[in-house]
Amino acid sequence: MSLVVAENITKDYWVGEVVVPALRGVSFAIDPASFVSFIGPSGSGKTTLLNLIGCLDAPTSGRMTVAGMDVGSLDRRQGAAFRGANIGFIFQDFNLLPVLTAYENIEYPLLMVRNVPPEERRRRVTELLEAVGMADQAGKRPDQLSGGQKQRVAIARALVADPKVVLADEPTANLDSRTARTVIELMKTMRDQRRTTFIFSTHDQKLATEVEVLFRLEDGLLQSRRNGEE
Amino acid sequence: MTDLYKIALRNLLRYKRRTLLTASLITVGVVFVLIFVAVSGSFKAMMIGQITDSMMGHIQIHKKGYVASIDNLPLNLNLKSQAFARMDEILRNRKDIEASSPRLKFGGLFSNFAESTNVRLNGVYPEREFKTVPLLTSRIIEGKKTIGKGEILIPALLAKGMKVKVGDPVVIVATNQDGSVNGKQFVVAGILEGVTGPGGRDGYIHIEDAAELLRMPALEISEIAIRLKDFDRLQPVFQEITKQMEAEFRKDDKFPLEIHTWEGLSPFFNIARMLDVMTFFIKLMLVALVLISVLNVMIMAVYERIREIGTMAAIGTPPGKILSLFMLEGLSLGVLGALIGGAVGFALLSVLNLSHITFDFGLQKGLLLRASVNPMDFVAIALIVILVSVVASLEPAFKASRMEPIVALRHV
Repeated sequence: MSLVVAENITKDYWVGEVVVPALRGVSFAIDPASFVSFIGPSGSGKTTLLNLIGCLDAPTSGRMTVAGMDVGSLDRRQGAAFRGANIGFIFQDFNLLPVLTAYENIEYPLLMVRNVPPEERRRRVTELLEAVGMADQAGKRPDQLSGGQKQRVAIARALVADPKVVLADEPTANLDSRTARTVIELMKTMRDQRRTTFIFSTHDQKLATEVEVLFRLEDGLLQSRRNGEE
Repeated sequence: MTDLYKIALRNLLRYKRRTLLTASLITVGVVFVLIFVAVSGSFKAMMIGQITDSMMGHIQIHKKGYVASIDNLPLNLNLKSQAFARMDEILRNRKDIEASSPRLKFGGLFSNFAESTNVRLNGVYPEREFKTVPLLTSRIIEGKKTIGKGEILIPALLAKGMKVKVGDPVVIVATNQDGSVNGKQFVVAGILEGVTGPGGRDGYIHIEDAAELLRMPALEISEIAIRLKDFDRLQPVFQEITKQMEAEFRKDDKFPLEIHTWEGLSPFFNIARMLDVMTFFIKLMLVALVLISVLNVMIMAVYERIREIGTMAAIGTPPGKILSLFMLEGLSLGVLGALIGGAVGFALLSVLNLSHITFDFGLQKGLLLRASVNPMDFVAIALIVILVSVVASLEPAFKASRMEPIVALRHV
């Protein structure tokens, strides 16, 4: 059974009195434990699509199902609860909370969203810090970390609550190509170890070779789908 | 909640200068209010003490209509001896009354054998009077601190004007109830410092001398002054005494007495009320200061952290926790300002008291200012500050919690 199912999704934005279609009848399905990328030029609808999967936004029409839940039907509170339980986020600008250390940033979803007991929190955070190679930087604040290190912490934060799917919007856009490749490798390793589905957007053609399932978007339309072996 | 509080505190420390500035503003406000409350409160308490303890007592009982004519010291509105005896019995049986003093008040002519002038006199039982108005003895600036039969205490202004000294013989001439005139010789036993307020320039003689001078076949009383054991229970005791007296003396729906607390008798009560109103407005200014400062800081905090709020919301932080986070930041600002303000305020009050500042009040010179704040007053001020801080944070915090994550994340 597919983890993410999009059925004829459209999304329109209003700019003044003009309707701008961001997605025009997009349908796809993503299996669990996939490593998926949406690739396309700027304005092609990648971020809009990730926002819809992450139930940060609702489609204008069509149906988006994640882990069996029609995410377009959730209200603010239900949406927050669903995201906290099922979805991890990695942002282009890392979006770590500046007043928290690397350890605390990773711990945040367990503490503030999932209310996990302290012992369990410690175990999971320590395990992930080691997994992303940041154990020796645990006490540092974001402003003391490099871009690559921040993104490692962000990956750990996205995974710590054991989500079914991790969404990453241009996770390598602010990194140099070497670090970008390392981050993608890390995400892949995490997928292999934890069987978590990773869906990320990128406009970088070079990274397209790293993914197993690639959706190409253009002007809000899904142009092609390619599996890794194809 | 502890973890949320930890994050809130770190967020405040993140903008040290702004936090410090806002906390300083609140501190200044709290210090200002504390000092104002302490100084005005002490001034008020001292003045009330001076008025009640040196001449007026806490409560007074008169025959109905007496207070309206008090300036004329009418003799036809006195309490008869039988009624007074019953009142005295009731008052003596009350455990909450420290002392009571019957007074026979009248106006007369004061003569030093060379010239004469008007004088207002109180006939009193000295021991009962000194117990009821304990500061009276401290007003005796020359001579004996008591009044024997045949002796008179005269106000300093009269002594100066009539060139009379302690030990000098004087004559008091008074008109009796029936219109006849009688005179009696007295020896000046002491000279009284004048005080501001009704009765502040009266002389004192023994009540039996007064009755004799006024040719009263049976003792009559103009007023009974009452001193309570606990001044803070003024109103309830006043109510109870009124009820008791009504039960005893009301006949045919007519109550022949009037009973007043000092508030109904002294014009200083209006000044005291004015001080209370001023204190209220000063507190209102503090509320406005805290409200504007905290509101401004919290609006800025929300505006600057929109993306952060978006991240927290996207991760799944419940809106209630985002609301609590910002409320806790406002609360912390209020607590910080109130605590520092309290510490600085109390330190300044100590300095003020160590400086031995004196002031004059009417005829009284060199009264020592003893500024002090009731701990409950400080608690009330601190609670106001904290509550207002929380209220000021409410709108920005609510805005943060209602923010759409997708909009917040797009914010640049």
